Amino acid sequence: MKQILSLLLVLAGATPVLTAADSLKAGQALPKLAPLLAGAKLPDTSGKVVLVDFWASWCVPCKASFPALNKLQAEQAAKGLVIIAIGVDDDAADFKKFAAAMQAKFLLVHDAAHQAVGAFNPPTMPTSYLVDRKGVIRYVHSGFKGAKTEKEYTAEIETLLGEAR
Amino acid sequence: MKYPLPSLLALGAVLSLSSCADSLVRVKPYDRGNLARHIMADSLDPLQTAMTEHAYFSREAGFGGGGVGGGGCGCN
Repeated sequence: MKQILSLLLVLAGATPVLTAADSLKAGQALPKLAPLLAGAKLPDTSGKVVLVDFWASWCVPCKASFPALNKLQAEQAAKGLVIIAIGVDDDAADFKKFAAAMQAKFLLVHDAAHQAVGAFNPPTMPTSYLVDRKGVIRYVHSGFKGAKTEKEYTAEIETLLGEAR
Repeated sequence: MKYPLPSLLALGAVLSLSSCADSLVRVKPYDRGNLARHIMADSLDPLQTAMTEHAYFSREAGFGGGGVGGGGCGCN
């Protein structure tokens, strides 16, 4: 009797811990991407400022964010910015179709198994994580709000690029 | 102190299920691909929806039509 009750109480207490994974926040270290994105060719990001962006072909603001990311890539890549845009479409065909239509100039990776996105657990689509040269997440952008987000990206990336390694 | 078994079990079930609810019910933002499909929209054909609404509005005018106020005046 007592055992049943204590077991139930333990289960009740443990369930949220077991199931509710918190989303990554500013101040936390960027998880190692290679094991999460098996098969993807990832660039060396040590000492670089990294923008990890989660998108999907069915997400309208994601579509709006691509020209802004292209612009950032053109302007800041040479200074040490690496953009890794992780698509979370279930269907590889949707991923490829969207990628071709958007003409992205930065790295696109397909996370079909939802391993990477599960580890980051972004609160919205799209969500992007700006990582400093030391590998610490410094800014998290939830959603894409047009020129406002673009302005924030530029200012934040310039700050991070200006920091010492 | 002795509690009856059914009530303890009920308490246990409520406690454990309540902690499940959050993670079971919520669809993660990145899992909403199917929900975002066109076929999932509540109105697939805007013209059809407009016509249905118009018919409903005309026939149910005495009841307020499609809105809440101004029922029965016949001024529309």
